[in-house]
Amino acid sequence: MNKKSSPFSVIFRVFQYLMLIAASLIALIPVCVCILTAFKTTDEYNNSSVLDAPASFLNFENFQIAFEKAKMLNGFANTAIVLVVVLAVSVLTGSMLAYVLNRFKFKGNGVVQNLFMFASLIPGIATQVTIYQIMYKLGLINHLYGYMIVLMGTDIISIYIFLQFFENLSVSLDESAIMDGCTYFGVFFKILFPLLKPAIVTSMVLKGVSVYNEYYMSNLYLQKETLRTISTSLYTFTGPYGNQYNYICAGVIITIIPILILFLVFQKQIYGGMAAGAVKG
Amino acid sequence: MSNQISAAAKSEKTFAETFRSRKVQRLLVIFTFMLVPMALLIIFTYVPFGKMVQFSFYQMKYSGPRKFVGLKNYIDVFQRSECFKSLFVSVYYMGGALVQLALALFFATLMVFKVRGSAVFKGAMFFPYLICGIAVGFIFKFFYARGFVLDSLLQMAGMDIEKIPYWLENQSINNISLVATSVWRYTGQNMILFLGAMMSVDAELYEAASLDGANKWHQFRYIILPSIKSIVVLNMILSISGSLSAFEPPYVITNGTMGTGTYFVIMNRLAHENQKVGLACAMAIVLLGIIILCTVAQKLFFKYAFDDGTSDESKAAVRRRRKAERAVVKGGAR
Repeated sequence: MNKKSSPFSVIFRVFQYLMLIAASLIALIPVCVCILTAFKTTDEYNNSSVLDAPASFLNFENFQIAFEKAKMLNGFANTAIVLVVVLAVSVLTGSMLAYVLNRFKFKGNGVVQNLFMFASLIPGIATQVTIYQIMYKLGLINHLYGYMIVLMGTDIISIYIFLQFFENLSVSLDESAIMDGCTYFGVFFKILFPLLKPAIVTSMVLKGVSVYNEYYMSNLYLQKETLRTISTSLYTFTGPYGNQYNYICAGVIITIIPILILFLVFQKQIYGGMAAGAVKG
Repeated sequence: MSNQISAAAKSEKTFAETFRSRKVQRLLVIFTFMLVPMALLIIFTYVPFGKMVQFSFYQMKYSGPRKFVGLKNYIDVFQRSECFKSLFVSVYYMGGALVQLALALFFATLMVFKVRGSAVFKGAMFFPYLICGIAVGFIFKFFYARGFVLDSLLQMAGMDIEKIPYWLENQSINNISLVATSVWRYTGQNMILFLGAMMSVDAELYEAASLDGANKWHQFRYIILPSIKSIVVLNMILSISGSLSAFEPPYVITNGTMGTGTYFVIMNRLAHENQKVGLACAMAIVLLGIIILCTVAQKLFFKYAFDDGTSDESKAAVRRRRKAERAVVKGGAR
């Protein structure tokens, strides 16, 4: 029986690997060509095919130029500040909200969950038209803190991640702590919050990626040059350097590197977080 | 004995006390813990949403006087050629979404059967999802530019440069080029979702099946497909609303010129460049209506069509069970 199935299974194996290799190549080629181009001098770039390898992979000149021209240091600094504050606040408030929704059955519990659910259906770009007005009235435009406040809102995915986690934390933990005289606040901050670590990591990574990559609101609400985040400073390349792709590619690679590192470190959490969002969504 | 009773009374009293304070505490904790997220939700989602509904009945700019025009904006959405045309552009994105689902399903299936180095393949295919939209835009501007990456690759494969179209300028093909970038970006993410659902099936099931001589097709048909049908249907419905709200590729790569303006790109332009705020709001509401319809359709579909045992029993399953019960009763009577 083994013999009978083996020729087919060999063919299947070969097919399987060929397809997977092809797909991985298609996924990587556009990025890899960018890497090649980023190391080329302007002279090389003008006189060689884009698919040729650069003369040297030690030519970091383009990176330096891109970094300075697009004021990326400034962009990275702003993005870093935004990331730290937004992640800290949104993880704290998100987990607190999930704690209340999971542990207390009160009138309106379902309503609150549905409000967040419905909010996720409204396409973000659509409401920006009116959010802009509100931001303007509140005086939040062209301030880093204004941009942070818009991003801080809890999203349904992180609520689901935390809710799922609370479901697996036994209520007897809360009860015994309360017997010992702990308040509800104490239960959350002293007992449960430290146990949430895996869920916190997952929701931080997902939210972090989306904040790092956000450009639409950053473009709308942070119009001063000194306030640009990393994605909008990359966007400045559309202007005067529109055709200098060796600089642009270097800029692109610089912005991708932090995400690549994050991905390599937190692969498992990222895949897991995607699934958590999908099951409920 | 009497000691015991008094102790009990005492504890009862303190219990009542604690209960009362617990109740207060409970309300306090519910209130404070929900305060910030609810405030943000209301200020940045529901107030803007309400204003959007209101503005959609006015002819107005960001500042200056506004004029109530009733349903005129809604009628305009369907009569202005730019708005209406953009809905046709969405058809490309819908097609792309279906291709993307099929590819994701195909590769997830390949991945379920043991592969060496699967982590590398998975990572390579998934990574585009994490790249910033602006960076994706630049990568593909470069990729499609005349004489650059794609053209060079095709020339290497022996194609004549004269016969290669301008990928982003030629109106018969540029929407397909843009849709391809979004397929490139999201296929890996869809694959991870499907793979997660497939992996939730007990691994022993696959082993038992192959021991019983089931070939790969049978394994796919009878083990894999049932485990993922609900997530596939869910993604199909999501892709409809997703393709209507497609925004990033045309916004970043072509800025919606040369016939690539999707519904949202047009809306964005009307709102921020032409300052036709009322019309833009009406467009947003129309789209939201379509999305809600899709979501309701999805909920109904799941209720009536599926009985995968995990969710609530579907109507079809209930009907079947009733029928079976009735048959049993009849049989018993006889």
